[in-house]
Amino acid sequence: MKNRKTAFVIIGIFLLASTLFMFYNTGANLDYVLSRRGIRLATMIVVGVSVAFSSIIFQTITNNRILTPSIMGYEAVFILFQTIIVFLYGDRSFQVISQQSNFFIALVLMLLFSVVMYLVIFRKEKRNIFHLLLMGMVLGTLFLTMSQFMQVVIDPNEFSIVQNFMFVSFTKMNTGLLAVASVTLIGSIMYVHRYLKYLDVIALGREHAINLGLDYNKLIRKFLLVISLLVSVSTALVGPITFLGILVTNLTYELFATSKHKNLVWLCSVIACVCLVAGQFFIEHILNFSTTVSIVINFIGGVVFMYTILKTQKN
Amino acid sequence: MKNNHYDQKILFGFVCVTLALVWVSLFTGIKNIQFSELFTDPEKWMFFMISRFPRTLSLVLIGAGLSIAGFIMQQIAQNKFVSPTTAGSLDAAKMGILFSLILLPQATLIGKMISALLFTFLASLVFMLIIRKVKFRNSVFIPLAGIMFGNILGAIATFFAYKNNIVQNTQEWMLGDFSAVMQGQYETIYLILPIVILTYIYADRLTIVGMGDSFARNLGLSYGTVVNMGLFAVSLIVSASVVTVGAIPFVGLVIPNIVSMILGDNLRKTLPYSALVGAAFLLFCDILGRIMIFPYEIPIGMMVGVIGGITFLILIIKKSR
Repeated sequence: MKNRKTAFVIIGIFLLASTLFMFYNTGANLDYVLSRRGIRLATMIVVGVSVAFSSIIFQTITNNRILTPSIMGYEAVFILFQTIIVFLYGDRSFQVISQQSNFFIALVLMLLFSVVMYLVIFRKEKRNIFHLLLMGMVLGTLFLTMSQFMQVVIDPNEFSIVQNFMFVSFTKMNTGLLAVASVTLIGSIMYVHRYLKYLDVIALGREHAINLGLDYNKLIRKFLLVISLLVSVSTALVGPITFLGILVTNLTYELFATSKHKNLVWLCSVIACVCLVAGQFFIEHILNFSTTVSIVINFIGGVVFMYTILKTQKN
Repeated sequence: MKNNHYDQKILFGFVCVTLALVWVSLFTGIKNIQFSELFTDPEKWMFFMISRFPRTLSLVLIGAGLSIAGFIMQQIAQNKFVSPTTAGSLDAAKMGILFSLILLPQATLIGKMISALLFTFLASLVFMLIIRKVKFRNSVFIPLAGIMFGNILGAIATFFAYKNNIVQNTQEWMLGDFSAVMQGQYETIYLILPIVILTYIYADRLTIVGMGDSFARNLGLSYGTVVNMGLFAVSLIVSASVVTVGAIPFVGLVIPNIVSMILGDNLRKTLPYSALVGAAFLLFCDILGRIMIFPYEIPIGMMVGVIGGITFLILIIKKSR
């Protein structure tokens, strides 16, 4: 009962924030402003939903509340793939390959990468979670540096322009990909939705899940494939937002006392959208800052993350 | 006796390699300068003194300095994975420069340096506090907390950079680059030299401090003073290098670990090697960056980031087995 009430309140906040974001202080040129804001709102919703889904699924199958795909370096891998594709094309310009085809090739490579992740994380021997975490973070920075490295090699003169192309953000969204990304998101959600109920069992741990008759390894592989797709969607649209995942999942666990993952993923999606839309609105119109919401999210998320790991190590 | 002789041979080898790299660094670049021309062609001599010589000297000093800074931090924290990169020091230095630019737009090199020093020192004190809170001594946990601490500092800095429209500037310090080192703009790095010498003289005290508070007190050493002096030395090295060339990651982390893997943990014995290997490593990376896409340059921050990152990863994997 309490859960339902909280859910309604949060959905209410989301609708209010979206309305404000769309119609606050529109000025004279209504058509132009509304269509631009509409695209931005849609992008934020797509990003919010894909980050929420991928983070909740990843945390459940790895059985902890610290790891998220972005902290494990998934986003950096996607950016590295995109850079490698441009690099291999050889022609020293970024026009030869369209954004859409680059996205799709990188998507296929990400699916292959999920096999690697499966081998690294779900091998028989159990690894210390802090080791995994540190390795993931170092790999993430390493991949980003490697991407920068290749970008300089491709074209040292236009390095800064290239960087802009590669590292999109909430202020400079990659709207050319919005349609393709939305279709990918909807497709992955439709695919994964019937498997979500198994997450409730997987959350009990590997041994219990197998005992209860699940084809554990097969399911994990399926979930990892979907996570790769979802990370690609959000990274291609707005670039890496390292701590959004950890922030929204922990908020969700805090607010809702449920372990039904079918509900959890959607609740978390709404919370992620609220964070992005309300945050962006608040920063842009109320505080009048020229900063972007991802910086604030990285700050708050970073503090939450630090708090969470300090808490886990105490237990 | 025999062992000692062997040591001298290794040291001699390291010195030779470093000197060879210095030579290559002095005579590599877009303008073709031969050694024989230096004394006949005044224009080339001037070019050499204004650009090549400062660049090479700062490579040597910063390489040695950062490596020693990592060494000191690892002794104090008694953790192999602690370094300016994994304790938020680099981010704190960037933050210090940023605030000096915001508050005093006309700040000179020295002004920026002092501000960076202040922030770096404060950040290292806070980091030590975090370490002391952590009772559970998982060796991987402390660098993890340090990286997060750095991320939080970085987010605050970016926020203010955005507010004041100087994001472009902060991006520049993110990536170490020696191509702008020139006469008149690099002299702050000379500060590193006395620190390196002092560290060598006081190496034994750092070893004792590494054994813990009560042990140090038993031997009549003031734990707090030595730790603070050590952290101050580290802050000075880090802020001097970030102000002159920008952030260079991983040197203080990777070099001391490699040296201690080869030579063991005797601080006074290994300290000169750390300095030498650090200098040689930076020289090597810089030369590689200069010739790979000639006549352009790959910033050294990237070269070191890739090579050092891979090495760090190998170290973690080795440790986890």
